[in-house]
Amino acid sequence: MKVGLFIPCYIDQFYPQVGIATLSLLEKLGCEVVYPQGQTCCGQPMANSGFEHLTAGCNELFVDHFQGFDYIVAPSGSCVLHIKDHLHVDHKEVAATHIRQRIYELSEFLTDVLKVENLPARFPHKVGIHQSCHGQRGLGLSQMSELVAAPFSKPQQLLQMVEGLELIDLKRTDECCGFGGTFCVFEEAVSVKMGKDRIADHVNNGAEYITGNDVSCLMHLEGILRRQHSHIKVLHIAEILNAGIN
Amino acid sequence: MEQKHKEHSVLAEAFNNNEPRVNWHDETLWWVRQKRDKMAWTLPEWEELREAASQIKHNVLGNLHDYLLAFEKNAIANGAVVHWAADAAEHNRIVLQLLQQQGVKRIVKSKSMLTEECHLNPYLAEHGIEVVDTDLGERIVQLAKEPPSHIVLPCIHKKKEEIGDLFHEHLGTPAGNADPKFLTAAARLHLRKEFIQSRVAITGVNFAVAETGEMVVCTNEGNADMGAHLADVHIACMGIEKIIPERKHLGVFLRLLARSATGQPITTYSSHFRKPKAGQQVHIVLVDNGRSRQLGREDFRNSLKCIRCGACMNTCPVYRRSGGHSYHNAIAGPIGSILAPNLDMKDYADLPFASTLCGSCSNVCPVKIDIHQQLYKWRQVLTKEGHTKKTKAAGMHAMNIVLSKPGLYKTAGGVGRWVMRTFPAVVNNGMNPWYKQREMPEAPKQSFADWYKKNRQ
Ligand code: SF4
Repeated sequence: MKVGLFIPCYIDQFYPQVGIATLSLLEKLGCEVVYPQGQTCCGQPMANSGFEHLTAGCNELFVDHFQGFDYIVAPSGSCVLHIKDHLHVDHKEVAATHIRQRIYELSEFLTDVLKVENLPARFPHKVGIHQSCHGQRGLGLSQMSELVAAPFSKPQQLLQMVEGLELIDLKRTDECCGFGGTFCVFEEAVSVKMGKDRIADHVNNGAEYITGNDVSCLMHLEGILRRQHSHIKVLHIAEILNAGIN
Repeated sequence: MEQKHKEHSVLAEAFNNNEPRVNWHDETLWWVRQKRDKMAWTLPEWEELREAASQIKHNVLGNLHDYLLAFEKNAIANGAVVHWAADAAEHNRIVLQLLQQQGVKRIVKSKSMLTEECHLNPYLAEHGIEVVDTDLGERIVQLAKEPPSHIVLPCIHKKKEEIGDLFHEHLGTPAGNADPKFLTAAARLHLRKEFIQSRVAITGVNFAVAETGEMVVCTNEGNADMGAHLADVHIACMGIEKIIPERKHLGVFLRLLARSATGQPITTYSSHFRKPKAGQQVHIVLVDNGRSRQLGREDFRNSLKCIRCGACMNTCPVYRRSGGHSYHNAIAGPIGSILAPNLDMKDYADLPFASTLCGSCSNVCPVKIDIHQQLYKWRQVLTKEGHTKKTKAAGMHAMNIVLSKPGLYKTAGGVGRWVMRTFPAVVNNGMNPWYKQREMPEAPKQSFADWYKKNRQ
């Protein structure tokens, strides 16, 4: 199984450890992983700001880098959702379609494709899950609290395999953290307030770590936590699932 | 992008100056959202019910012309007079004319978001006619000289103490009394006088049944009924999208409406108005005001399915923390943000950006409007039409240039991180909205791409 690793731009630049954890986790689970060099970005920051028409360059680059893989995996729900919904290149539509159908966010790749049932990971801490909206409501990584439907959660399913890890319950299970792409700067006041409220929910329920499937949301929460001089840390789910695997 | 109003972000920031109040506003509306959840869960068929409602409205929008004519025909046969208004101005003129014919100077009106949209009250005031809003929440904001901040809970932004003060000032209740029961009783007495004296009553319409020509008006206070039953003339104002084909479809919509709105199984009063009683006149004003234009915009057509339950506002994490007035439109929140740009792109260009696109709104919507997807699509339209700030556009063009050229991206990323490590003040300053209340991420020495090159090749 040949897997193309997509490391979104802000992870590449600011959170390389998340890319490293993702790569090593996939390799340890037996995948042949290639990181196509020269990849940049899925184009989402522009598209969500109303500039989808400027993303042709990013799209073409993406198709060039990721055609020919059995699967494409990324440690980011929102970038994967963006590719699934919006990747089109006129003269390379067959390849673009293949990518749209074969791209997975890391957790769903582990639960749905690799069908992982146990992980030799250990992380003896109290952890709260931050459900990032694009992964949850967009990709369906977890059931949504608004719907009258049976609950499930792929990230939770994986974290429960981790030895010593205790998941905490939140008062609001899937409220948005307020990152929202360029929303975080253009609507700074509301964005930060949303982030503070999300953090308070984790704090009040005893979290030592906040984890999630989107580094963008975690970066926003981390920025607020550090400003508050909080002892709570954020970790991407790949870093926890990769902890202690030998 | 020059707007008549301050932008959402500016108004929202002002709202956030009082954090305890934001917390209170957020918690109050979240409580309503939870009541909605509980009620929805009492119906195992909830999701099918939403789908049915969405499909019925789909049919309505596809055949609106025929249903409207059928409704008109049946309403006339019932003895009502039907008026058509192309826009808000025509609607207001029609209502004014009817009131002038009656020679009245003061009338009662139950809740109608359409008349808010048309700014009927100030228009009538200019012509010497005073409107008394009889929905308690609307009366409160009217006394405060403010617009409603929520379509179902118009004064949700007001604390009970503030309402007590308003009543003291306007209705003569004792100073400092903020007991909701007491204040409601006082409002009741005050409104009763208005009901008895008013010869004309305006109501909104929740559903207009094409098959029978009847209108259904839902309230919890019975104020629409009090007004309409006691008046010689009942004027019902409705947007043309309020049509449903048959009476039996009410079985779907009435079950959804109150559960979604306030977590009640049904509104206290769901009143059917079909034939005028002896000696009474009933006028129905059917208003377009941009609706047929929205119907023609395929991407945004579904927004006309809205039954104005307010659930998308209650669940919206941005609305709860920015307040209804920050949307500077009669209809606030997620649905307001996709309806408003249809009325005036320039004036409301900020609203589709006042969202994180989290998608919670689309999930609670009882008629399954793809609200957050329409917000995304409006962003594309507004940008192409040139309603985006120049600085933002320049930034996006620069981003495009960097991100579509791997070499440039690598250099820019490396330089950026080096600058952040070496001269943190370049990014950590007051010009950077991220830094105002958040630390910047720490810039690592090497990117993932650098690491990969060293370790895997
Ligand atoms: S858009 Fe949907 S949720 Fe929002 S008010 Fe309309 S019907 Fe209710």
